[in-house]
Amino acid sequence: MRAGRLAAVALRQFYLIRGSASRVLPMFAWVAVDMVLWGFITRYLNSVANAGFDFVTAMLGAVLLWDFFMRVMQGVTMAFLEDVWSRNFLNFFATPLRISEYIGGLVLTSVATSSVGLIVMLALARLVFGLSFFAYGPVIIPYLLILFVFGIALGILGAALVLRFGPASEWFIWPMPAIVAPFAGVFYPVSILPRWMRAVSRLLPPAYVFDALRSAAAGRHAEPGRLGTGASLCVLDLLLAFWVFSATYRYAVKTGLIARYSAESVS
Amino acid sequence: MAILRVRDLRKDYGGRPAVDGISFELKAGEILGLLGPNGAGKTTTISMILGVLAPSSGSIKIDGHDVLRRRSLALERTNFAAVYAPLPGNLTVEENLRVFGMIYGVRGLSRRILDILEQFDLGRFRHVKAGLLSSGEQSRLCLAKALLNHPDLLLLDEPTASLDPATAGDLRAKIRAYAAHGTSAVLWTSHNMHEVETVCDRVLFLSRGRVLLEGDPRALPAQHGKASLEELFIAVAREPLSLGAQ
Repeated sequence: MRAGRLAAVALRQFYLIRGSASRVLPMFAWVAVDMVLWGFITRYLNSVANAGFDFVTAMLGAVLLWDFFMRVMQGVTMAFLEDVWSRNFLNFFATPLRISEYIGGLVLTSVATSSVGLIVMLALARLVFGLSFFAYGPVIIPYLLILFVFGIALGILGAALVLRFGPASEWFIWPMPAIVAPFAGVFYPVSILPRWMRAVSRLLPPAYVFDALRSAAAGRHAEPGRLGTGASLCVLDLLLAFWVFSATYRYAVKTGLIARYSAESVS
Repeated sequence: MAILRVRDLRKDYGGRPAVDGISFELKAGEILGLLGPNGAGKTTTISMILGVLAPSSGSIKIDGHDVLRRRSLALERTNFAAVYAPLPGNLTVEENLRVFGMIYGVRGLSRRILDILEQFDLGRFRHVKAGLLSSGEQSRLCLAKALLNHPDLLLLDEPTASLDPATAGDLRAKIRAYAAHGTSAVLWTSHNMHEVETVCDRVLFLSRGRVLLEGDPRALPAQHGKASLEELFIAVAREPLSLGAQ
């Protein structure tokens, strides 16, 4: 893998974002809206519930982590879709660029764009609602890492779907986080789910993160073994997503999809 | 020395051959014209050489590197320009050249970009988005990108299709001069037979995925009883059987 090629893919995205307010704004506008909305909801719940449970720490923290996960995933998929929309595949893949370098460039872009969103979220949570992520202690780092890796994996999987089924299938990508959310137990413990949904939850790394977050908010220590399971699963998901993308790329080269990539030519 | 070596190359779509076992070589300093009517297999062949389409069978070697097995190494020495592959319109001329220059690992990239902008008279468009250029200017940008890494193998698929005669002539002179250095080879497709006669040292006529004729574009018409290359092209398109196609 050559760093220069990886940087070139990320630089292309930087050039696009730099010159475009419509690309810059979504990086923090929606997370800011979410923070404000959920911040006031949780503040209201604290005032009426009076149950000795801090909704701000538990729910707003969950919103923040979930938004971070979505930003990471969308960081990958948006960068990929830029190449779809500008029909750039032939230009890119007829060069020495390797798939690993291309994916690496998308990930690098996602690191940058999701970091901007995260900083805005942290600032709003701290300044407006008094939620400091330092209150969770250093355990927040593995939470973020697991969600980051899973977001990357889901983003790569979404990109593979669009590569396989064509530009018109980008709608596959947008509902992916919403489909994962009920199983991940973002706002409630997984234990309230029916048995089949709990079985699915066990396969999803975010479920372990949000479980641990609720434990931390309630003043309990998360089980390191469960967090370890979440970490192992997200690494496995990342490898699986990379394999799926590589296999899809090989299929696209075999069938000529890459050479004539457009909505009209892909069934 | 052969820069490009294509052996028994075949591509089937649903059992029907788009390219049917073609073989050819391209030597350093040579410009080879790949000719044929629409659907003859020219673009399919170029796509396979560029590694964006997998052959059903056969081999392609660029500077001795197998495109199928060592794709990245083989394509480092290659570049291309095609009418159907404009550079991203939402990046400026300079941004496009920088991104692709980095992908090809061009040394002294900033200097090289300035040189190539001057060479293709694109300096005044340096900070203009590629999508805002006229089609002729976009073609020049694609060609500038194609020469950015001093490729050993340059693939040009109808490179002058949207250029005015003066610019097209200028471009042909540039490509001839590039090949004349003797270290690079050019594979050129065009439907402009006057252009082919001017530029190409040798031509391959493809018909139904096969090499039907091969030779010097200035001598071939007479060898087949035709007055011009254009007449020969029309014969290949309309009556390939009369020229030996099966």
